[in-house]
Amino acid sequence: MFALRPERPATIEVAVEGQPLRVPEGASAAVALLLAGIGRTTALSGAPRAPYCLMGVCFECLAEIDGVANQQACMVPARPGMRIRAQRGARRAGPA
Amino acid sequence: MATPRTESFEAIVIGGGLVGAAIAWGLCRQGLATVLLDEGDIAYRASRGNFGLVWVQSKGLGAPWYQRWTRASAGEWPRLAADLAERTATDVGLQQPGGVHLCLSEPEFEARAERMAQMQREAGNTPYEYRMIRAPELRDMLPGLGADVVGASFTPYDGHANPLRLLHALHRAFTEAGGVYVPEAKVEEGAAAPHDFAVLAAGRRFAAPRLVLAAGLGNAELAPCFGLAAPVRPQRGQVLVTERAAEILPMPITTIRQTQEGSLMIGDSIEEVGFDLRQTPPVMQAIADRAVRSFPWIGDLSIVRAWSALRVMAPDGLPIYDQSARFPGAYTANCHSGVTLAGAHALLLAPMIAQGVLDPMLDPFTAGRFDVRAAS
Ligand SMILES: Cc1cc2nc3c(=O)[nH]c(=O)nc-3n(C[C@H](O)[C@H](O)[C@H](O)COP(=O)(O)OP(=O)(O)OC[C@H]3O[C@@H](n4cnc5c(N)ncnc54)[C@H](O)[C@@H]3O)c2cc1C
Ligand code: FES
Repeated sequence: MFALRPERPATIEVAVEGQPLRVPEGASAAVALLLAGIGRTTALSGAPRAPYCLMGVCFECLAEIDGVANQQACMVPARPGMRIRAQRGARRAGPA
Repeated sequence: MATPRTESFEAIVIGGGLVGAAIAWGLCRQGLATVLLDEGDIAYRASRGNFGLVWVQSKGLGAPWYQRWTRASAGEWPRLAADLAERTATDVGLQQPGGVHLCLSEPEFEARAERMAQMQREAGNTPYEYRMIRAPELRDMLPGLGADVVGASFTPYDGHANPLRLLHALHRAFTEAGGVYVPEAKVEEGAAAPHDFAVLAAGRRFAAPRLVLAAGLGNAELAPCFGLAAPVRPQRGQVLVTERAAEILPMPITTIRQTQEGSLMIGDSIEEVGFDLRQTPPVMQAIADRAVRSFPWIGDLSIVRAWSALRVMAPDGLPIYDQSARFPGAYTANCHSGVTLAGAHALLLAPMIAQGVLDPMLDPFTAGRFDVRAAS
């Protein structure tokens, strides 16, 4: 559904759900999820969701980033090698 | 300006927080035509900022009448929750699995044990079950307990609920039963005679033979107009809330509970700072620190919200209930545990007000107890 603008070369390689993907410098992890067309499911009802406000307000972009659950992907700049997974359901809490 | 036409009711309740809404709905349930007058968003409103415990175990040390009233309310809660679910299709999230108070040092544990023993003695012939549980056994009850926890007190009477859903459901049940809710209606003036009251609010005039002052901190100013006293002061509490996580805590803890939705609520400070709703990093840090000492894994969770709210506190920390001697028909209701006491307010207190007599079990809650002349 989303495509990159031609004037922004995609130079940063990240892994979305294990698949390599390139995004432009300065793009957020949420942009990577949108480009990959990957959504998440909510913690309570399991309803499908995708990044929405892209400015840190709505919490619809939750993702597991480099192993840390429930991150607001729109607030995290993509870095080379970053591992991004959509947050599916509630995160786990408790002793390791 | 012309005097507005008088709108007559059988009861006026001032204050649409948990206390006023519970009583107003209770009065409606008794068949009284009731109007609920509520100030707007600028009011101090503890009902929107509290912790959500339906808590028994620490209430009423040295004041067994308060312990009894709290126990009675916890006992009414299942009926309240079921009734609200039936009328409004709202699940207020009541769970009463028992609850624990964690002790993070030997002196804390000993002081708690003494306190619980006194509560049991004061309960007299009413059974008051509790256990002081040592850390090894507690570790099997609560996952990932910190090394600093030496033990806890447990009673089977404690629980929690979703306080915002409760407030919503009370309002909804009230209006669906024919109650009239008027927002942005701060009462500043009134006229009182026995069983004959009139108040002005939102440019309207309301009259009724019964008047209930349930305006939280607003009661302090209102009560004297109706021959009553409500010497309540604000007491600040700060609360932290984490991101949602899969269910892990099987029961609420005095200052940590996991909501139905999975968030952990972490509370709550006790601060005498007057009408000051600011949050302060040192207090937030102390709250977080104790939570992480209790459960180190909480440190992995992000805090997504934090707020402060003002408790409605009487000089001795107990509720105030009164009927005016000068103007019978006028009542006050104030407390700092409006969630816990919602069952009693809706299902026990409201019927008394409808009948026109407060049960003698409420006598010790009169504001007359603060009057040195009355005490001497
Ligand atoms: C941090 C914190 C944690 C808490 N935790 C718990 C808990 O775990 N369990 C528990 O049981 N309780 C808890 N409480 C206490 C509980 O929130 C209060 O007891 C309860 O909300 C009091 O309700 P209220 O209706 O008396 O007051 P409020 O919620 O303050 O409502 C008063 C209402 O009166 C209205 N009002 C005021 N003046 C006027 C006027 N002149 N005219 C018209 N309307 C007026 C206001 O608009 C407001 O809606 C906590 C409180 C705090 C602050
Ligand atoms: S998209 Fe709204 S918070 Fe990230």
